[in-house]
Amino acid sequence: MNIPRFRIPDHARRDAAFAVLTLALFGAVTFTFPGFASPRNLAGLLDDTAILIMLAMGQMLVILVRGIDLSIAANLALCGMLAAMFSRAWPEAGVAPVLALTLVVGGLLGACNGILVWKLRLPPIVVTLGTMSVYRGAIFLLSKGAWVNENEMSRDFLAFPRREFLGLSLLAWIALAVAAAFIVALRRARVARDLYAAGGNPEAASYSGIDPGRMQFIAYTLCGALAGVCGYLWVARFAVAYTDIALGFELSVIAACLIGGVAIAGGVGSAVGVLLGCLFIGIIRSSLPLVGISAFWQMFINGVVILAAVLLSARQRDFKRTILESLA
Amino acid sequence: MKPASLLRWESMLAAVLVIEFVLFSTISPYFLSVDTLSDATFNFTERAIVALPLALLIIAGEIDISVAAIIALASVAMGLGAAQGLGTASVAGIGLGTGLLAGCVNGALVTLGRVPAIVATIGTMTLFRGAAYAVLGDRVLKDYPDSFAAFGQGYLIGPVSNELALFIVFALLFGVFLHKTRWGRAIFAIGANPVASRFAGLPVNRYRFALFALTGLFSGLAAVLLTSRLGSTRPSIAQGWELEIISMVILGGVSVWGGKGSIAGVVLAALVFGLVTFGLGLMNIPGIVMSIFTGLLLILVVAVPALVNRR
Repeated sequence: MNIPRFRIPDHARRDAAFAVLTLALFGAVTFTFPGFASPRNLAGLLDDTAILIMLAMGQMLVILVRGIDLSIAANLALCGMLAAMFSRAWPEAGVAPVLALTLVVGGLLGACNGILVWKLRLPPIVVTLGTMSVYRGAIFLLSKGAWVNENEMSRDFLAFPRREFLGLSLLAWIALAVAAAFIVALRRARVARDLYAAGGNPEAASYSGIDPGRMQFIAYTLCGALAGVCGYLWVARFAVAYTDIALGFELSVIAACLIGGVAIAGGVGSAVGVLLGCLFIGIIRSSLPLVGISAFWQMFINGVVILAAVLLSARQRDFKRTILESLA
Repeated sequence: MKPASLLRWESMLAAVLVIEFVLFSTISPYFLSVDTLSDATFNFTERAIVALPLALLIIAGEIDISVAAIIALASVAMGLGAAQGLGTASVAGIGLGTGLLAGCVNGALVTLGRVPAIVATIGTMTLFRGAAYAVLGDRVLKDYPDSFAAFGQGYLIGPVSNELALFIVFALLFGVFLHKTRWGRAIFAIGANPVASRFAGLPVNRYRFALFALTGLFSGLAAVLLTSRLGSTRPSIAQGWELEIISMVILGGVSVWGGKGSIAGVVLAALVFGLVTFGLGLMNIPGIVMSIFTGLLLILVVAVPALVNRR
């Protein structure tokens, strides 16, 4: 089966439908609160959603190859703590080494997940549940439970994601660039087509010379590297690092992917859909205070979104895969 | 099922248990006293009570990672009931009922909704924990009736706490159910090959639904015990317990691929786990460091059989 030719039209249709839904949500919020559509507010919305977008792109790769990464937020937090401690120790070093450090460490943490799933064929859920708590615990060991506060971070370190170009923060620009790169690469790059093939039908993929395990490894590593860089961006943006940052954020990321049309059974999903999924969640999150609902509802809403998305996709694709099943 | 290799796994766990005893009694002279050991059991009883039905669920090839969130939701429901001035029996009933209901939601999603267990329970985990936060926010509920404390703080005879007694009774019941009844055989069959089981005439989805409901009910029971022991409810109650409960089951020799496992193994694993937690506590090691250990243990336990099988 020629995967690109058969799947993309389906997907374009789903993405278009979801875009309409997202626009309708946006329209409804704007209708009730006209200030919502102001350029300033939209720039803020994008800034708030930027990290979610980047993480969701990484998570999408993992889900495409029939995996799941629950350790993504713990990876982010660990790399964020590393970045903050690096900045405290070498305040003059600038941003480039911090970015390199978090990219490499995040990638290695992701590769740990990947190697366990690839070489030992362990179930992704068990592996990443395990590494999630290992990475979280490692932050505590590293920081001895202490916080790194704003006054301990260098000025460059803090200013980097906040720099503004054309009304948008650099953080938002980075997220848009990552999203654009994913949109193009998932259609054009050979490795991306291999990812889809490995997730869609691992057996067929391996007959055509693609090692599905290796593709899983690549997906986890890329996802980890993105999470690592997001760790620095998160810490710089919120100007504090401690053990529990981004606790439970993996659930928002998974929610964004699932509502964006990434099928948990693997092989199906698009970067446009995921971007829309993130914006959808971002719009809900930023309109909650306007409607007068406390932020404590965010998690509940994520749960509703995840369940709605998986129920709908289970109806669409009438086949079920037991979750503890790995690649044959 | 390979009884010989299972036996080896369980005797290995028993050996670890003995080593722990020796180690901790040399570290602390107070360890080998009846009171200390009785206290130590509180480190695992609540979790182990959920591990029993979860073991059955994992043997049947499914998984439930929403168990800790169910505990939180049930605890919040009980707290609200208690704030209305309900008595001990009704409060406990609310806890069990909420757990059962939550378990039925999971079961319905997997059987009727045809959603894979992992995503279904990631969703309900978010939903249930989210509901606990949404209802409670940063408040604490602690208007429990005085007699409510008996569940988690009371003792049945001498040093045997109510929690421990409950765990022992249920461990026996689950052991007999899984290993001696036709329903237990069916659970192994479903885990080993659901399609063949369906063709053999087993109502696979009915089993799945019942096991999810059972796991929910026991999560509700754990919520009653935990809430009674703590005497208060916060939405973050039992945070991260899903990891520890699943680790207990897997450490007990239950295969993550389904179709293999024993209650004896899970009970031994619960003891090993509880003693390690307690021992690390004796050495003043904080809980978050303990979670590194739990995480590594979980990965190791699934990795070792995978490594052995590769050869």
